[in-house]
Amino acid sequence: MENIRNFSIIAHIDHGKSTLADRLILHTGVCDTRTYKDQMLDNMDIERERGITIKSQAITLPYQAKDGRTYRLNLIDTPGHVDFTYEVSRSLAACEGVLLLIDAAQGVQAQTLANLYLAMEHDLTVIPVINKIDLPSADVERVLEQIDAELALDPDTSLLCSAKEGTGIEAILEAIVERVPPPVGEAKAPLAALIFDAHYDPFRGTLIHCRLFNGEVKSGDVIRFMFNDSVYRVEEVGHFLMTREKRERLSAGEVGYIIAGVKTVSDVSIGDTITHEDRPCQAPLPGFKEVKPVVFASIYPIASDDYEDLAVALEKYKLNDAAFIYEKDSSVALGQGFRCGFLGLLHLDIVQERLEREYDLSIILSVPSVRYRFTLKDASVVYVDNPAHYPGVMKIDKSEEPYIRATMMMPERYIGAVMTLCMERRGVNSTMNYPSPGRAELIYEMPLAEVVYDFYDRFKSVTQGYGSYDYDLIDYRESQLVLLDILVNGEKVDALSQIVHRERARARGVQACDRLKEEIPRQMYKIAIQGAIGGEIISRSTISAFRKDVTAKCYGGDITRKRKLLEKQKKGKKRMKMIGSVSIPQSAFLAVLKSDTDS
Amino acid sequence: MMADVPPAAGLYVHIPFCLSRCAYCDFFSITDTGLIEDFLRGLGREIEICRAHWAAFAFDTVYLGGGTPSLLSLPQLETILGHIRQAFRILPGAEITIEINPADWGREDLSAAHGLGINRINIGVQSTDDRALTLLGRRHNAQAARAALKDARAAGFDNLGADLIYNLPYQSLEAWEGTLEEVLDFHPEHLSCYELELKSATPLGRRFALGEFPLPTEEISRTFFLHTSAFLEARGYEHYEVSNFARGLQRASRHNQKYWDHTPYLGLGPAAHSYARSRRWWNHASLTDYIRDCDQGQRPLGGSEELSADQLRLEAFFLGLRTRRGISLEEYRRRWGGDLLAEKGVELERLAQEGLLVIAQDRVCPTLSGLALADRLALL
Repeated sequence: MENIRNFSIIAHIDHGKSTLADRLILHTGVCDTRTYKDQMLDNMDIERERGITIKSQAITLPYQAKDGRTYRLNLIDTPGHVDFTYEVSRSLAACEGVLLLIDAAQGVQAQTLANLYLAMEHDLTVIPVINKIDLPSADVERVLEQIDAELALDPDTSLLCSAKEGTGIEAILEAIVERVPPPVGEAKAPLAALIFDAHYDPFRGTLIHCRLFNGEVKSGDVIRFMFNDSVYRVEEVGHFLMTREKRERLSAGEVGYIIAGVKTVSDVSIGDTITHEDRPCQAPLPGFKEVKPVVFASIYPIASDDYEDLAVALEKYKLNDAAFIYEKDSSVALGQGFRCGFLGLLHLDIVQERLEREYDLSIILSVPSVRYRFTLKDASVVYVDNPAHYPGVMKIDKSEEPYIRATMMMPERYIGAVMTLCMERRGVNSTMNYPSPGRAELIYEMPLAEVVYDFYDRFKSVTQGYGSYDYDLIDYRESQLVLLDILVNGEKVDALSQIVHRERARARGVQACDRLKEEIPRQMYKIAIQGAIGGEIISRSTISAFRKDVTAKCYGGDITRKRKLLEKQKKGKKRMKMIGSVSIPQSAFLAVLKSDTDS
Repeated sequence: MMADVPPAAGLYVHIPFCLSRCAYCDFFSITDTGLIEDFLRGLGREIEICRAHWAAFAFDTVYLGGGTPSLLSLPQLETILGHIRQAFRILPGAEITIEINPADWGREDLSAAHGLGINRINIGVQSTDDRALTLLGRRHNAQAARAALKDARAAGFDNLGADLIYNLPYQSLEAWEGTLEEVLDFHPEHLSCYELELKSATPLGRRFALGEFPLPTEEISRTFFLHTSAFLEARGYEHYEVSNFARGLQRASRHNQKYWDHTPYLGLGPAAHSYARSRRWWNHASLTDYIRDCDQGQRPLGGSEELSADQLRLEAFFLGLRTRRGISLEEYRRRWGGDLLAEKGVELERLAQEGLLVIAQDRVCPTLSGLALADRLALL
């Protein structure tokens, strides 16, 4: 155990986390440059394109230190978005230390701070690393001052590196060995292992990523997932090098994988504790939370023929994403589909993109919704996350919506803008703290519905990227809710309906009509878009018809050119959903929620 | 056996030379007339290379287009036409058209051209307003345009056509009508009225991008289109294709019709396109490459495409909707293997209700409003 170090890299987005991870991997010789793939840890296309890590990953780096001993450095990568805060916290719980990476040109940023707080919550050793010192705009002196003043860390403990150029890497590895404490734990004690991630392998079932705090585990052991209360027999354990490497056993302090015939990742809960069936530990490891979807939307195939393909794709997708849930659903306007639950809007985006990219499906997403609670006149209580199931005013005795407590940190100068934003979003019961000079912490209680759609984007924009934001669900509170319907050429499009707060209904109706006017391309007939509550029309917009659209010349060579253009346009049209005689593009369904200030 | 006789094909010759580039044109042309002799040598070679492939075809149209065919001398034209007649089977009574720039030919040249058997002439008038001609970068003026129309008639052409451009920046409907009136004085058998389309790679397109002038709105464009049609129909012209009008359908361009109904055509010269048996191919859009290949005895092929059944159907559909005669359901079924009403009946009905199409007996025809939206209709 003396030779093990468990650590993670945390950083503001684009400060070079993945590049540094790659450097550490190369330097320790786990793989050579030949097999080196750019940004190895982020191995999904979407992750690479968006520059964010969605699934956590882990890798064991063998390292021969200057003291002559060989260490096993376990690097645990963490996802970097507010939708996945819980996953981050579980990954950090598996570590003893972190590298806090700061861009030498940009200095301390919102996520730097938010991540530092997370690391401190877990009592981790923090090693500040200033990256990108090769940049002409690098200002190391200034960053050192910020580390002192804003992070309250000892600037003398900072290391300098350029992950891109590969300089300073050795010193980082040495610091990990010297400063990050080795794990403590008792191999002879009853098994207690923290599940911090799970992956699906088509041949072996679920690969459980875990950190052992006490005890040992080996193949043949009968293990119990304490929260899920399920029992499995261990088939294989091992370490993550570039590939899985089978081991005899995993011991206290180690990070590795367990294969135990677990069919899907949904059978595993991140944060759950693994122990032995016959000799359980006394209590599960702290910090477990059941991850529940908070945003719901329906997915429909654009071509109804693709329904079966969609069903198969969702089943496969679900194998590797435990946080995603779905069930059958149908819409008058859009036909057969699925109602799905997501952790947040980014999660929704990712699912949509992966279904389209990896399964080659064209899909429509209905307007996302949170889960409302209605007490009906007969005293029964129903939860409704699909506006199509809105019980109707006459039946409802009491309406409630979920509230969150949003914690926001930002430089003092943005307080006014953030307060305005929170008030627009029906924020109440605010408190304000000054954790360090110049920095403010604002706490608001807000309806979840007001923050899930675009709050994070708006918040980042009003704080110019310097704000960090996190939230917890607190409770359900009574609210005045109504159903806002959207009619296209007089036809109700149920997938565009939203449950909204009465006072916000008119504004939302106007906003939806305006957005749809922008999103729905002009067609050959005039299109009327209306927002309605009950039978009352509260907003309207009109998309004028095409008046003239014809190429003047079409002879020899023009014909091929024109046909190719038509083929392209027709392909685009296939990605739209026909509602009555109107083609509605995918983007329209999400766009109705975007507020004016975004455009 | 009717089916074994291929329909009479069309022959197009692209003469790629222009003394100057017009400000709106992005067609392939070159201004170095010193290369004319080389081009003619290449063309001669190409005719020799192609003749065997087209031996089974009879041609009932020849179209000398460009570029500016009137930059060639009469003897040069005579050589081309002679070679074509010797190499291909040109049917008696074939429509033989030449495009000319009003600035190039006088009365004698026109008579001589008529004497070569050219029986249809298309004059690039564009406008009878000198300011408009300057904006368009034409090298002729209104007076030359009038003279060319007059002289062509006097030279014996009884099938006279004029190309016009409308919907110019700042152009009023009255000004456009004035141009039409002036041209109608010469009783042309055919008129092509093209709406100005700005291509970004042209001088006019660049000036527009820089904000030097606005383009007429879609609504104005529509007004011009509808008005042009009504105006010319009232004067005895048939609006038979989006931009084409003929005094009686027998005066419609027989050659252009081949492009629109997938009749085989052979295009000679750089950048020229050809079509036969579901295949379309085109020559190099470079005179140097063209001459090099021809000199080496190779087809100067720039590219080709084999059209799938779907692509042929799409082309037949969108090209059909650009003509007033529209699409014959029976012919569509026979030639392209699809039942249009079964495929798109609901949408077509809906467009008929909107007044954009007429579905009657065997045909689906665009109305005038439909013609103005032909590119949209094609997206069904």
